[in-house]
Amino acid sequence: MKAKVSREMVYAEKTFTGILKEKIIKLILYLILILGVIATLFPFYYMLVLATKSNTEIFSYPPPVWFGNNFRENLQTLLDALPFFRNILNSVFVATVSTVLTLFFCSLGGYGFAKYEFKGKEKLFFLMLATMMIPGLLAIIPWFILMSKFNWLNTFYPLIIPGIANAFGIFLMRQFMEDIPDDIIDSARIDGCGEFEIFIRIILPMSLPALGTLGILTFLGSWNNYMQALLILHDDILFTIPVALSKLGGKIDQNWGAQMAGTTLAIAPMVIAYVLASKQFISGITEGATKG
Amino acid sequence: MRLNKKVAPYIFISPFYILFLIFGLFPIVFSFFLSFFLWDGMSPMEYVGIENYKYVLTDSWFWKSLLNTLVIFILTTIPQHVISLFLAFILNSGIIKFKEFFRNSYFLPYITSSVAVALIFGTLFGVQYGILNAFLRHLANFAPFQWLFNAVNLQLPIRWLGDPAWIKPSIALLVTWKFTGWNMIIYYAGLQKIPETVYEAAKVDGANLRQIFFKITLPLLKPIIFFAITMSIIGNLQLFEEPMVLVGSNGGARQAGLTTAVYLYNTGFSYLDFGAGTAMAYILCSIIILFTLINRKFFKRDI
Repeated sequence: MKAKVSREMVYAEKTFTGILKEKIIKLILYLILILGVIATLFPFYYMLVLATKSNTEIFSYPPPVWFGNNFRENLQTLLDALPFFRNILNSVFVATVSTVLTLFFCSLGGYGFAKYEFKGKEKLFFLMLATMMIPGLLAIIPWFILMSKFNWLNTFYPLIIPGIANAFGIFLMRQFMEDIPDDIIDSARIDGCGEFEIFIRIILPMSLPALGTLGILTFLGSWNNYMQALLILHDDILFTIPVALSKLGGKIDQNWGAQMAGTTLAIAPMVIAYVLASKQFISGITEGATKG
Repeated sequence: MRLNKKVAPYIFISPFYILFLIFGLFPIVFSFFLSFFLWDGMSPMEYVGIENYKYVLTDSWFWKSLLNTLVIFILTTIPQHVISLFLAFILNSGIIKFKEFFRNSYFLPYITSSVAVALIFGTLFGVQYGILNAFLRHLANFAPFQWLFNAVNLQLPIRWLGDPAWIKPSIALLVTWKFTGWNMIIYYAGLQKIPETVYEAAKVDGANLRQIFFKITLPLLKPIIFFAITMSIIGNLQLFEEPMVLVGSNGGARQAGLTTAVYLYNTGFSYLDFGAGTAMAYILCSIIILFTLINRKFFKRDI
């Protein structure tokens, strides 16, 4: 109450020039924000422009700034260079399987840390979090050798299996599950539910919001994974999207239209998902940062 | 089989430790072991002591790649955090509408594949037909810009990915474009945890926006800034995808875009020098750890 009164006093003291100054500041801030949005979105817009233009239109001066009607031809050029739809299917497969398995194993681990007391819990949890700080490049060469010893080169296993029980996912699920009341779990035990049954029947359905967040992040990470896919996949037919895209430069170097048609197909699913569920995308990012 | 309540948690958390043992810890230990051997993956391994480390530390290309990485790191990390802090502060200031729209737009680049956006930027950076150069040429028609371009001796068209002097700024521009939104989201979330009453009190005391930013927001946001900069260090010092797609694995003209991550990739997988590659990985990761420790020291001193 006190604050409110003094605030009104502050406003009452405002002069005309004070109000004008505030308006100008506001206008400038909006201008900055809008310029930022243009800079952020323009590359995507221009990708669409080039994807619909023919080569002769692209390589002329001044360059095109509005859509053309050459998308089909560009797509055909792309498909002649690479089995691009198959590459998309590969990415869908790898990302879907990764996501399903990750959701299962990370929520299982998260549940273990959130709702049980056991010896060495604190130390094991700290150890797990500490592994998140290890730079990914450190062991990339032996990792590759290991994959070849497993005979896993040119298969999807290396892109799926190593990450299905990851520290970040377990941490995220634990954060959420800590808030599930113990009473529910205890009464299920009294009713004769087994530990694993409680997890499947009670904990998983109650964790849907967190599963959604983790699912989106996992799918995204898998969809965009480049370095490991580049090392493991060697046949056109097995490429995932990022590898296929990176090989375009060598195949249709001077055909920006076809390259951008491929880029459009590659990022469209993620952008559509993002527009529909931006909240889940963003909450997944901030969850790890502000609580961790 | 019914699980015992005592055993169940160990079974539930075991997948992480099993997978980490196989796919994380074993390669890390093996990597250290390998760094003392000469090996191409096929012929017998030959013990060479610390020769690999000596070799890497006297290799002029390694130092060049490290310098490139550090320059790109500085060129992108500073703008990223300054811009994202500023944007987050504006969005949180309470005088802006459509906050969600702005926030969601800025975050969009982060969700797109690095390879895809690097290809897009490759076209934007085109020398003769790229839209960026066309825009600059157009600007040069106006007297103030013409004067400005002459003052900094800017030659149009810019060979963004062809001129060694421009390669690093071009890569940094792409990285900045991609990750500023991520930082902004983190900062914005941090700002929203600062209670409204703190700002109210400051306003009552007559503080203006600038004072609020430097005297209240920045100090209270320190733990978040520390986290975000740590992530920048870990990510940008391992920069791989953007330079790889923009200038290729050889780093472009005079290797100006050869980052240490790309050079490490070449050493291991093109030259098949696993010993030098793993030694390089250990050296790079030591540098990353050193940077994060310096960062921690810097922030802990003031907190």
